[in-house]
Amino acid sequence: MERDAPVTTRMMELITAGVLMTIGAVVMIDSWRIGAQWGEFGPQSGYFPFYIGLLIFGSSLVVFVSALFTKATTPFVGWTGLGRVLQMLVPAVVFGFLVWLIGIYVASAVFIGYFMRRVGRYAWHLAAIVSVGVPVALFVLFEIWFLVPLPKGPLEDMLGY
Amino acid sequence: MRSAKQIFAMGGALAAALALFVTTDAVAQWKPTRTIEFIVPAGTGGGADQMARMIQGIVQKHNLMDQPLVVINKSGGAGAEGFLDVKGSRNNPHKIIITLSNLFTTPLATGVPFSWRDLTPVAMLALDEFVLWVNAETPYKTPTEYINAVKKEPGKYKMGGTGSKQEDQIITVALERATGAKFTYVPYRGGGEVAVQLVGKHVDSTVNNPIEAVAQWRAGQLRPLCVFDTKRIALTDKIAGNMGWGDIPTCAETGLKIDYVMLRGIFMSPGATKDQVDFYVGLFQKVRATDEWKKFMAEGAFNTTFMTGDDYRKWVEANENLHRDLMKEAGFLAAN
Amino acid sequence: MEELGALLHGFAVVITPYNLLMMLIGITLGILIGVLPGLGGANGVAILLPLTFSMSPTSAIIMLSCIYWGALFGGAITSILFNIPGEPWSVATTFDGHPLSKQGRSGEALTAAFTSSFVGAFLAVILVTFLSPLIAKFALQFGPPEFFAIQLLTFCSFVGMGKESPFKTIAAMMLGFALAAVGIDTMTGQLRLIFGWHELLTGFHFLIAVIGLFGVGEILLTMEEGLAFKGASAGINTRVVLDTWKKLPKYWVTSLRSAAIGCWMGVTPGGATPASFMSYGLAKRFSPTPDKFGRGSVEGVVAPETAAHAAGTSALVPMLTLGIPGSPTAAVLLGGLLIWGLQPGPLLFVEQKDFVWGLIASMYLGNIAGLIVVLTTVPLFAAVLRVPFSIIAPIIIVICAVGAYTVKNAMIDVYMMLIFGIVGYVFKKLGYPLAPMVLALVLGDMAETAFRQSMLFSQGSVGVFWSNPLVGSISTLAVVTLFWPLLQRAVGFLRGKAG
Repeated sequence: MERDAPVTTRMMELITAGVLMTIGAVVMIDSWRIGAQWGEFGPQSGYFPFYIGLLIFGSSLVVFVSALFTKATTPFVGWTGLGRVLQMLVPAVVFGFLVWLIGIYVASAVFIGYFMRRVGRYAWHLAAIVSVGVPVALFVLFEIWFLVPLPKGPLEDMLGY
Repeated sequence: MRSAKQIFAMGGALAAALALFVTTDAVAQWKPTRTIEFIVPAGTGGGADQMARMIQGIVQKHNLMDQPLVVINKSGGAGAEGFLDVKGSRNNPHKIIITLSNLFTTPLATGVPFSWRDLTPVAMLALDEFVLWVNAETPYKTPTEYINAVKKEPGKYKMGGTGSKQEDQIITVALERATGAKFTYVPYRGGGEVAVQLVGKHVDSTVNNPIEAVAQWRAGQLRPLCVFDTKRIALTDKIAGNMGWGDIPTCAETGLKIDYVMLRGIFMSPGATKDQVDFYVGLFQKVRATDEWKKFMAEGAFNTTFMTGDDYRKWVEANENLHRDLMKEAGFLAAN
Repeated sequence: MEELGALLHGFAVVITPYNLLMMLIGITLGILIGVLPGLGGANGVAILLPLTFSMSPTSAIIMLSCIYWGALFGGAITSILFNIPGEPWSVATTFDGHPLSKQGRSGEALTAAFTSSFVGAFLAVILVTFLSPLIAKFALQFGPPEFFAIQLLTFCSFVGMGKESPFKTIAAMMLGFALAAVGIDTMTGQLRLIFGWHELLTGFHFLIAVIGLFGVGEILLTMEEGLAFKGASAGINTRVVLDTWKKLPKYWVTSLRSAAIGCWMGVTPGGATPASFMSYGLAKRFSPTPDKFGRGSVEGVVAPETAAHAAGTSALVPMLTLGIPGSPTAAVLLGGLLIWGLQPGPLLFVEQKDFVWGLIASMYLGNIAGLIVVLTTVPLFAAVLRVPFSIIAPIIIVICAVGAYTVKNAMIDVYMMLIFGIVGYVFKKLGYPLAPMVLALVLGDMAETAFRQSMLFSQGSVGVFWSNPLVGSISTLAVVTLFWPLLQRAVGFLRGKAG
């Protein structure tokens, strides 16, 4: 059964609970460092975070153990589902990187254009209209009307913004 | 091909820069070419924010600049967010920042790496006063009466203030050291909230800036006891009954030798040229000349000292040392 | 009845063609601002402020406050259509608004949201008209202990009612609290949980987490299910507004309760966000069919929207009479008042009668005008869902990125948003509830500050939360609310045994 799915729900439960336990432990350690006692005037800086960390650790430990003892092997996500999620996630991450590199407007055009062509399989002219139109509309709204500066790249520099 | 193009472009840019260097030297004029970001290292509605938005309004109303000016609040980490942002914008002359005392207190108290030396000083716009306030329904008419009451029951009287290990708490500790009284200092998020907490009698006194408490004073809810400055505020108009800002005694007059003023100054990103600084100095001189600014200064009882260049730099340096001493005495310096 | 005369005078001041035009412009702009997560009401008001210097203060404040109304109305739109709350108080609207939208009932959800916003705001304006001085006095009663008690009540009325595993609920909620604690500690100025990483100084902003967890997470889920918002093909019924209106009167109890919660929370420094969560929680508690909540119950849209608007409206009272802005937008409005030479504070109602009553009159008119404008947009926004998913999905991601970036003008927030998106997807699939996590993130810092301020007051004694009748009754109510389901079960169990 397990071979049919990239990851089982049980596995995912274990991973998530494990990550949460780590977060809980880290929170507890850092809170202890800055003082987690009930001081002269009430709780210190780390008092609440310490117990928050403890609760995260404790409750995810229960989830972890109960997942350990389940036998069910229902898939967390099937291969096709995972493929579809990655179809969105990978371009979105690349988009995030492009925003940093060449500014949000050009990156948006590339991202929308790619997605419409690759996933939506739209004709190139429709993809072109949408992928240029949306960034231009955003540009007018944010940079010109509301004067909210968004990340810009070489193209905008060339145009004098 | 591509790299050749790049080299060409770089050469062009270099030539342009050189040309710019030569011409600017002759004309001595720089002008912003895009929107100027005006950073406020504090939340909306506070003293620095009010002043920045006032300036934005004046600049646009009187058309003092071709490019727009937008106010952006970056209050996170006790203002560190805003200062780190400007520090990281080297050679971007389109970014300026208005300061409050957290320019000194935040790096000293937290060890976050920035100082005014990382920025380019532009001008001192004004100095903000601090006043000792109590609720008008309490019997205390002078600071001495109030301090004597506090001394009788150490720790019972609550002093409300903005933030922790910042100006309000520094003054509170200075007050404690000068008199031997013991307050319980309660930090809040903003000055407006502090004044209202005093009206609601949740705290017993505050050291609010004039602008934060003037409305409640006019309404007869709060009573000023003394100003933490070396001389009285030079404003004679009556605010509440027969009292005006100038009628509030200085704390020194009543025997409390504490004075503290807060810088409301402008800095810009590092690496700015003299022309760029001069442009902003000119801009703020124009702002200061408007009636709206004068009215704003009077309402908030600001000390309207204006300083630029070396005078300003020296003042800031002296003020930084003062803060280091004050915070050291109070035990507020970061451990690391 | 002095107020009534003053109000009529206010209407006379407001109703000029010029002012009405300003009102329409303000509302339209406000809706636009509310729809785009990157623009807050504060942006719009700040940009328009200079333009208003040539107007009279009354016309100017009418236009600016209409932007405020418009943005309040607009915030619900993206919550319902795309699961992206643009403002903190729209989070609770997503719980049932978006499921309705997925069932092809977005027109119904939008109409219900707009109408209940209007009802909430309208009831609050009536309160403001007649009881402002009293409200101001009541607001002054609230110090840190009272404030903390309110936060506690919000949590208690909201938690302990999900179907999810209690351990997962605790873990998710505590994760929210932990995220809220990151950054500088307001009380001591100490740095916490940043591990020398200065990007974290400012902590995690709720909006970034919410855009990621709800907006991006939802897109990933939809992708997995196969490229379509369910019900996207549902026809647009132009009579949807009237049809929904026929159903709404039966929720009058919820509406009244939510409006009361909203007014109360708006006047005290609680604010619109806790109000929306609390009234959602209580609506579910008191509902005969609590199971329907979270799956597309109209009542689940009515409750938070009514409360949020009632709170947003009544929050103007502390702003005008005490000078405390309840939101960034209000703060900018406050700055505007100063430039016009109006000093907010206890004397504003005495010295600037024309202005104050003009503003209150404009609240009535602005809300009515706002409702008409937004209702005409219902078919338009419902139609947005007919745009194929492979076009709308990347656009939503782009708009989410813009929204995340503008919170602090920091690139790191765009990456954070993507990470939160993945977390949202995994949590949703594993049954970790997102709502308590977001509530904890929104209120955690405030609740901790209020608690520790109270401890300073009482020198470390928890008794401070029962130190006067006001705080004592709120605290007791909170505790009772928390254990209510247990009490109910115990009573039911005993009865069952007896029978």
